[in-house]
Amino acid sequence: MEMPLTQHISSNRPALHLKDYTSVGGYQSVHKALQSLTPQEVTKMVQDSDLKGRGGAGFNTGMKWSFVPMNTTGQTKYLIANADEMEPGTFKDRLLLEGNPHQLIEGMIVSAYAIQANISYIFLRWAYKKAARLIQTAIHEAYAAGYLGKNILGSGFNLEMHLHTGVGRYICGEETALLNALEGKRATPRTKPPFPQVSGLFGKPTIVNNVETLCNIPHIVNNGPDWFRGLSPGSDAGTKLYGISGRVNRPGLWELPMGTTMRELIETHAGGMKKDFRFRAALPGGASTDFLVEEHLDVKMDYQSVSAAGSRLGTGTMIILDDQTCPVGFIHNLEHFFAQESCGWCTPCREGLPWTEKILLSIENGEGRQEDLDLLAMHTRYMGPGNTFCALAPGAMEPLQSGLKYFRADFERHINEKNCPWR
Amino acid sequence: MLSPDEIRKINHEIALVPVRKAACIEALKIVQQHRGWISDDSLRAIAAYLEMSAEELDSVATFYNLIFRKPVGRNIILMCDSISCYVMGYREVYEKLQVLLNIRFGETTPDARFTLLPNACLGSCDHAPVLMINEDTYRGLTIEKLEEILQEYK
Amino acid sequence: MAIIYIDHKAYEVTPGKNVLETCLTLGFNLPYFCWHPAMGSVGACRQCAVKLFKDEEDTKGRIVMSCMEMVKEGMFLSVEDPAAKAFRAQVIEWLMTNHPHDCAVCDEGGACHLQDMTVMTGHTYRRFQYQKRSYKNQYLGPFIHHEMNRCIQCYRCVRFYKDYAGGKDLDVFAAHNHVYFGRAEDGILENEFSGNLAEVCPTGVFTDKTLKAHYTRKWDMTMAPSICQHCSLGCNIIAGERYGELRQITSRFNAEVNGYFICDRGRFGYEFVNSKNRIQQPLIRTKVPDTNDKQNLYQHLKKILSTHKVMGIASPRASLEANFALRQLVGSTNFYHGISETEARLMRSILQTLGSGQVQSPSLKEIEAADAILILGEDLHNSAPMMALAVRQAIRKAPFEAAQQIGIPSWHDAALLGFTQDKKGTLFIAYPTKTKLDELAANTMHRAPDDIARIGYAIANMLNPLSPSPEDIGQDDLKLAKRIAGIIKQAERPLIICGTSLCHEALIKAATNIAVALGTKEKKAGLSFVVPECNSMGLAMMEAPSLMQAAEALKKGEADTLIVLENDLYRGTQKKDIDDLFSYCKELIVLDHLHNETTGKASVLIPVATFAEAEGTMVNNEGRAQRFFQVFDPKNENFRESWRWLDEFKQFKNGVNPEDLAAPGNLITTLVALMPQFKGAETAAPDAGFRINGQKIPREPHRYSGRTAMLANINVSEPKPSEDQNSALSFTMEGYRGMPPAPLTPFFWAPGWNSGQSVNKYQEEVGGALQGGNPGKKLFPEIPVAGKTFLNDIPPAFTPLPGEWLMLPLSHIFGSEELSIYTPGIAERAPRPYLAISKNDAKRLKVLDEEILQLQLQDQIYQLPVLIKEELPDGLAGIPHHIPELTAIAWPANGILTKPK
Ligand SMILES: Cc1cc2nc3c(=O)[nH]c(=O)nc-3n(C[C@H](O)[C@H](O)[C@H](O)COP(=O)(O)O)c2cc1C
Ligand code: SF4
Ligand code: FES
Repeated sequence: MEMPLTQHISSNRPALHLKDYTSVGGYQSVHKALQSLTPQEVTKMVQDSDLKGRGGAGFNTGMKWSFVPMNTTGQTKYLIANADEMEPGTFKDRLLLEGNPHQLIEGMIVSAYAIQANISYIFLRWAYKKAARLIQTAIHEAYAAGYLGKNILGSGFNLEMHLHTGVGRYICGEETALLNALEGKRATPRTKPPFPQVSGLFGKPTIVNNVETLCNIPHIVNNGPDWFRGLSPGSDAGTKLYGISGRVNRPGLWELPMGTTMRELIETHAGGMKKDFRFRAALPGGASTDFLVEEHLDVKMDYQSVSAAGSRLGTGTMIILDDQTCPVGFIHNLEHFFAQESCGWCTPCREGLPWTEKILLSIENGEGRQEDLDLLAMHTRYMGPGNTFCALAPGAMEPLQSGLKYFRADFERHINEKNCPWR
Repeated sequence: MLSPDEIRKINHEIALVPVRKAACIEALKIVQQHRGWISDDSLRAIAAYLEMSAEELDSVATFYNLIFRKPVGRNIILMCDSISCYVMGYREVYEKLQVLLNIRFGETTPDARFTLLPNACLGSCDHAPVLMINEDTYRGLTIEKLEEILQEYK
Repeated sequence: MAIIYIDHKAYEVTPGKNVLETCLTLGFNLPYFCWHPAMGSVGACRQCAVKLFKDEEDTKGRIVMSCMEMVKEGMFLSVEDPAAKAFRAQVIEWLMTNHPHDCAVCDEGGACHLQDMTVMTGHTYRRFQYQKRSYKNQYLGPFIHHEMNRCIQCYRCVRFYKDYAGGKDLDVFAAHNHVYFGRAEDGILENEFSGNLAEVCPTGVFTDKTLKAHYTRKWDMTMAPSICQHCSLGCNIIAGERYGELRQITSRFNAEVNGYFICDRGRFGYEFVNSKNRIQQPLIRTKVPDTNDKQNLYQHLKKILSTHKVMGIASPRASLEANFALRQLVGSTNFYHGISETEARLMRSILQTLGSGQVQSPSLKEIEAADAILILGEDLHNSAPMMALAVRQAIRKAPFEAAQQIGIPSWHDAALLGFTQDKKGTLFIAYPTKTKLDELAANTMHRAPDDIARIGYAIANMLNPLSPSPEDIGQDDLKLAKRIAGIIKQAERPLIICGTSLCHEALIKAATNIAVALGTKEKKAGLSFVVPECNSMGLAMMEAPSLMQAAEALKKGEADTLIVLENDLYRGTQKKDIDDLFSYCKELIVLDHLHNETTGKASVLIPVATFAEAEGTMVNNEGRAQRFFQVFDPKNENFRESWRWLDEFKQFKNGVNPEDLAAPGNLITTLVALMPQFKGAETAAPDAGFRINGQKIPREPHRYSGRTAMLANINVSEPKPSEDQNSALSFTMEGYRGMPPAPLTPFFWAPGWNSGQSVNKYQEEVGGALQGGNPGKKLFPEIPVAGKTFLNDIPPAFTPLPGEWLMLPLSHIFGSEELSIYTPGIAERAPRPYLAISKNDAKRLKVLDEEILQLQLQDQIYQLPVLIKEELPDGLAGIPHHIPELTAIAWPANGILTKPK
């Protein structure tokens, strides 16, 4: 089984330095792309590979690149690696950043070449201190080796790369809020359209891609789109970093073919549920995805199948709700997070989330009323996509709406018994 | 007043962006690293240096979680209170911390040794519960380990 | 035009606009908060939701924010869709979760956009059960009151204050539902347009503190359409009264002039009307003891007017009617301008240029559309604040064209902010000191007035070699002139701004040459002059000899008595000259509303109405005649309009019977008949006979309360309401309830729209002209350009005289204007006297900032604290213009600076 993303990552060995990385084939894709492919050819390859964005939304990466205006010599364009990873329950990019930063840099060089961006940023979340050190070193090495800077490998292509560490706010991960954060502003999201591809960082064409997305690029360029599609048996191409946290025997992260089932992930890779704990449900791809329950265990973890089951693949890192954890408390914890992290720009999110949180807390504390369930349902209805300015609030409503569906009895017990049965 | 060292570092950041103001978050970080937090005076000094008003800079500074506009202790404990840590029992660890330090979230010990803050997911969910002290991450926490960990920080 | 379908009905609309403004134009009551017609859309509040369908077949549709959608041909929309309606009600419920529901004690109550929208969506019951968050309020200075708990986070305040008006000291802090709008710490809001926060804020967070001091609900005020008296721009205002006191000024929308906003001097400067310093009764000082009844006054005047040789001194702050009535009384040959020699010369020069037809004098709206601007010798924030705001818009909007090329419409503020970033239009400023607009300028030139004029001449010469060129101009200035000439030549809508503030004629001539040189058949260059007073232009148009000529005539014995109309001559001309002038008079008759130095000299003093108690017409700086109407009938019946007194006095002069007097209101018609340059002024507003369905237009909203009770403590029977003979407005709530013609609109109100936002309903298209056209009438003719004539009067380069400094009058928005200073808050913000000098000069004089220097200026000696201005050229010294502590100066003036012993 091929594991292109993690092949050089090992928990008992530090991240590869440039020398070691090139000796195992690192930066080959830079040579190949800059010396023998046109930017359009690279984009085409990525598009054909059917690589979908690993940041959560699952949009075809090559397609996204193709919206960048290309007939603009001399215009500043930007490429940004979204390494803000703050979605609760998500820890996949960390592995790539700490395990093999050169892979990301390599992917960024090729991607920047494809869109002809000359300035690139890695927007890293503050808490990833180790990653920051490693990336900084790797960037220095790459400059020294001529993979960054002016006239890379004699191709005439220039690329600057900077590391920017955030100062904490989940919304910075939203790609347009990220642009504002990089510009030194409040990280409120921007409207789309215009998309960042046309008017992004400092008003210039910009591509924002997730770390995992970018780490796939070298392998696609080296091995071709067909190879990439062949990595997975299912409808979505490539491999995916899947993770599990919660009461399983071996919480962790694995690179597996796209479309691995939930059951395989939990039972084979995570070693099943911990003794005395039973599986009740899981958020398949981070805090802002709908619960899936036992009946979904055989669902393939790819974009289409998860969405057919009523949720989203999201980040592919699963959080498990076990039978000894109160679902109301669980959801309250999530909504507390979202309410805190609302940027405060649009009304539904700014006002609706704290309200939701307060209702959930009062139910959890045994002070809930039957009407509260209607109010919660109202919030899930009115904070749907399109009703709010960005996707934060709709994401926040996903676990709540599915929680109300699957755990209604538990909510009602809280209300009727006037306390939390798990306490 | 900004120190020469702060100014040097801020200048470096200014050189990387098309407009001076765009370096403001970096400047806040730099000054916070030197002084622990951003006092009103620090804020005004940075604002003046970047040719912004105090309002404009504070608007940015107060938006973010990790720019401290109030004094903090010598060591900052960021305790993850997000979902995986919730499931894995962060509350127990938090309760133990409260006993050990006699402070709650948002507070600083009277000897200014620790400030305890809740923090959203620290990205180590497979080793929950997790906390960070300054730059160090502690995973798979148990209440038994806490005391020993804290001793590292003076 | 495009056809769109709203709730299955077809409408013909303008494509490219946003759906919200289109729906409002079509008359739909669609609620909104964060959108503002002048500030565009950002999609923050989510209040304006409608359903958008893919096509006719689509029954599901999706909710969109109407303010963020562009109107496209064949669009299917629904405003009435149940899901959209429910969502809109839900947004209100969310907004109200933390709102204090304190309408009863809130200044906004009854004119509150939030109240209106709440009712509009049908939200009535509050389901939020938890504790509300609460905030501390801030002290924001004498003008604005802060009550943060009422905030609904629509972000309009920061968007107006920061993005639109360029303010620096108001912002949004924190995040999620803790966002806070205010200053970094308590303190005075510095921006000159802060008062608009009270109108821009849809609820009661930012309210008018001066109104609070004598609070009255909007529906309980008697209001009239009026014109601001505090600078030459003639911003349209609504003035409101109760209990004989003027209580509030708000902006009155005029798409051509001030749009939605006014400056703080205009909004808060009204307290002079209520001042203790008002002249209360007629006074005959020559009689012992002083006499003060009307009978005596008439007798006395009869004697004077029938036996004395009388001359009239007119006023740049009195209406055309008042000035004309004076002229009619004294006769055209005895009618003189009451302004200084310099000012008279400047005004003549300006009038000549504007009257020539070679240039056009743009409205503020046109200024907002300029794509390159050159300011010569004006500090606009201080001399014509709303013009500064208009220039700011021009500079801000210039990059919008590029945005349009990638499909961002001009109303899409959210997208424009991201795209345009710090790009801006081109602005050049030449002024001796720094000005607030400098931060937007591509180049600023801090030079002596003569040198500014020389740069101007050089630019004109580069644009057209027929325009004379200054000799020996420095290389740097030459390079700059070349750059400016190149850019304004390329521009499609270039604009030159100049004015009288520095009292320097060469500037006006240089500006004229540039504009004339730029002008072509296709492209008329805009040339905007700032002039001193609210009716300076109107007075100048009534050509008359100057004050100095009046003095000569008096000296020669051609007259022995002066009538001074609403004019403190000591403000504009040196004391000794005015003392001289008065010394030739046997009698000095002064009509004014406030005591001042001139009224102090009067032998006969006659109290008159202020703008709030009078009707009149004024001509603004661009030549627009605008009518203001009496707001209320003053309790003191001596407060009569100057023109009424003067018109009446004619009977004493020529032995005319009172019955023969021309009916008031005919003054303008007679004026136009006599002076064709005023043609059109009579159409500035409908005349007194105007009626709709036989009815007058009520000055009071139909909810006006307390009329029967408000004077019950004096007399239980309700007095007969005053009648207004002079205009089509009535002083009561009775009258025509529909929409009056724009110039007669006393307030904006529409069913369901109690706040000022109701102006939407008065516009032909939301954000556009008022129905039936904006009020006012532009007087300068559009004569086709015949040939170009250039002025040639190039001053030599400025060289400081040994031991002397060229003095500069530096204007201040708060302090340099005569009437607004009676508002305590404005007085508080006026500068203390100072002496601004350059850094070098300070060094040479061995003084530091704030140390005292002695200034010997004309026949006065002052001790003034030094204010070092680094940018000021050597040899120049600035003093605050027209502040009460410094007496008038004959400009231009040189002063001698020495260190006091
Ligand atoms: C509230 C919010 C938070 C997000 N946080 C992240 C994040 O931390 N990392 C990330 O890669 N994408 C995040 N996204 C998704 C980004 O907006 C964007 O879609 C993504 O970076 C695009 O990269 P991709 O096309 O490679 O997936 C977030 C989106 C939202 C709405
Ligand atoms: S949904 Fe609205 S308030 Fe929430 S984060 Fe997005 S823009 Fe901000
Ligand atoms: S008015 Fe449309 S979202 Fe606020």
